[in-house]
Amino acid sequence: MKLRPQNLVFGGALVVLMMFTLFPFYWAIVASLTPEAALFRDPSLWPTHIIFDHYRALFDERDFITPIRNSLIVAGTTTFFCLIVGTLAAYALARLEFRGKAAIMAFILAVTMFPQISIVSPLYLLLRALHLIDTYPGLIMPYMTFAMPLTVWVLTGSIRQIPKDLEEAAHVDGASRRQSFTKILLPLAVPSLATTGILTFIYCWNEFLFALSFTLGPERQTVPVAIALFRGQYQVPWGQILAAAVVATAPVAVMVLVFQRRIVQGLTAGAVKG
Amino acid sequence: MARIALDHVDKTYPNGYVAARDLSLEIADGELLVLVGPSGSGKSTVLRMMAGLEQVTAGAIRIGERDVTELPPQQRDIAMVFQNYALYPHMTVRENLGFGLMMRKQPRDVINRRVDAVAASLGLDALLDRKPAQLSGGQRQRVALGRAIAREPLAFLFDEPLSNLDAQLRVETRVELARLHRKLGATMVYVTHDQSEALTLGDRIAILKEGVLQQVATPMELYEHPGNKFVAGFIGSPSMNFFDGALTRTGAGGMCTFRGADLTIRVPCEPATSERVFLGVRPQHLEVVGETAVGEGSLSAEVGVVEPMGNEQIVYLTVPSGGRVVAVAPVQPRIVPGEKVSVRVRPEGLHIFDAQTGKRIGK
Repeated sequence: MKLRPQNLVFGGALVVLMMFTLFPFYWAIVASLTPEAALFRDPSLWPTHIIFDHYRALFDERDFITPIRNSLIVAGTTTFFCLIVGTLAAYALARLEFRGKAAIMAFILAVTMFPQISIVSPLYLLLRALHLIDTYPGLIMPYMTFAMPLTVWVLTGSIRQIPKDLEEAAHVDGASRRQSFTKILLPLAVPSLATTGILTFIYCWNEFLFALSFTLGPERQTVPVAIALFRGQYQVPWGQILAAAVVATAPVAVMVLVFQRRIVQGLTAGAVKG
Repeated sequence: MARIALDHVDKTYPNGYVAARDLSLEIADGELLVLVGPSGSGKSTVLRMMAGLEQVTAGAIRIGERDVTELPPQQRDIAMVFQNYALYPHMTVRENLGFGLMMRKQPRDVINRRVDAVAASLGLDALLDRKPAQLSGGQRQRVALGRAIAREPLAFLFDEPLSNLDAQLRVETRVELARLHRKLGATMVYVTHDQSEALTLGDRIAILKEGVLQQVATPMELYEHPGNKFVAGFIGSPSMNFFDGALTRTGAGGMCTFRGADLTIRVPCEPATSERVFLGVRPQHLEVVGETAVGEGSLSAEVGVVEPMGNEQIVYLTVPSGGRVVAVAPVQPRIVPGEKVSVRVRPEGLHIFDAQTGKRIGK
């Protein structure tokens, strides 16, 4: 790239935009490394004297491992089942002929249209009747309901784009319907599976309202709930809260980076049109 | 290898579209039959019914001695080459070639040996570890062929396999296919809309129009004795010229006179000759003779467009009644657009079709 005026302007604009979007993250990291006192007395844009007290407190004074474990279990399990059920549903919706297909698609989407807050109470009563309050399934099941529409819609769209010829060729080559699904369709759908998987995982990882309502104590609380409950009656431990935010964001960021690579790989190697 | 037989097959789609009507057709063991017809004639559907990718509405299909009408594709033991090749994009060439054998649970060393042999015979050895996206169109075409061959199926089905190739590669691959057919001695059904492909490849050609079989015959038979007006117009390039007119018996010599708006000519009479007919003449049987008096067996015309083809020129003419006529003339003498000429009809190249039914009259 040559150093031309328009490139300089473009580059400058990119830098400004990046500063704008990345500043909150930067500030969270800086603040999580700054002593509480300094944070309020003379906040500085640059970390002056770095300390790891907040992080230490997170794992020594508080038990931050438990919420992370809870979040991983809940988000991971939800994503896993969501992908399995979603893929099967999407396959049927994309490939099979049956009546009322459009109605089913609309119905699936309708689930997401309820404001979460409006169904918290009935859902609470339902889960209590099933003795699922303060359990992992008590969170996983509502999460699946809410994450499923996205999974089904995205996967249906992407399966529709995979040429039908490929499965027909597999049939003629001797593959059963199940084999053409697992050996042809599924590998080609991996990029979209990764995308929907990430989105589902992030949704579950960040979800707050259900997690707060359907858990009772620290045993089953997820990360967002745990962070929110850091606030004491008289003070807000900002340093710890931001340290927790950094710790909670890290796995998601790592996962996205890892899978993103997979997505790009899948797209270039896949090049569907024969 | 095996023969394929269609027995009174009907295919009606749920939306009422009829793709095949009372279709009976038999492909002999080792024969290459070309199914040809304009788009929408149902030829691809017929092929897909043989493969089991479409269900028949009525009738039966047999491959070898087995009735496969109700069998799914994976149990029919046939191979198919798709128009867009349908290579598995996530698999290497080797895996693509071996997929059918793998599905049939062949041991790994058998698969490898077979894949290597097929790759060598198609010149794909160097490409075995590539993915389809890294191949050229011609190479993909050969992988698709190889995938079909590797399995040694009972029969091969081709669905317009050459239509995505450029002109030169198409001719080369056509020759390659003919050679392959001779080498394997396999039963093949080949679908195309290109009549020249049909003529050059087929042992026999089956012509379809709107789901109805028009004629099944060898290429020469189709060209020389087209069974009806549709076949006559479809086979041969440029297309046959048609003149409509009336036949009247003249004298007792078994001859008739055809009288049309632009052309009068004596033709052999048949006992069952109808009154209103189409007279068909191939462009190769029209002779552009320069401006002379027009009499029986010739017509006057004005030259519209001339397409020089190197070894001949295709002349598009307008006759006095306003109709269009195409003639193929030698390169010399040059024919100039706008010129007034006479066109002589060679008596050996006449075809007569009933005006109502379109059926051929006479031999």
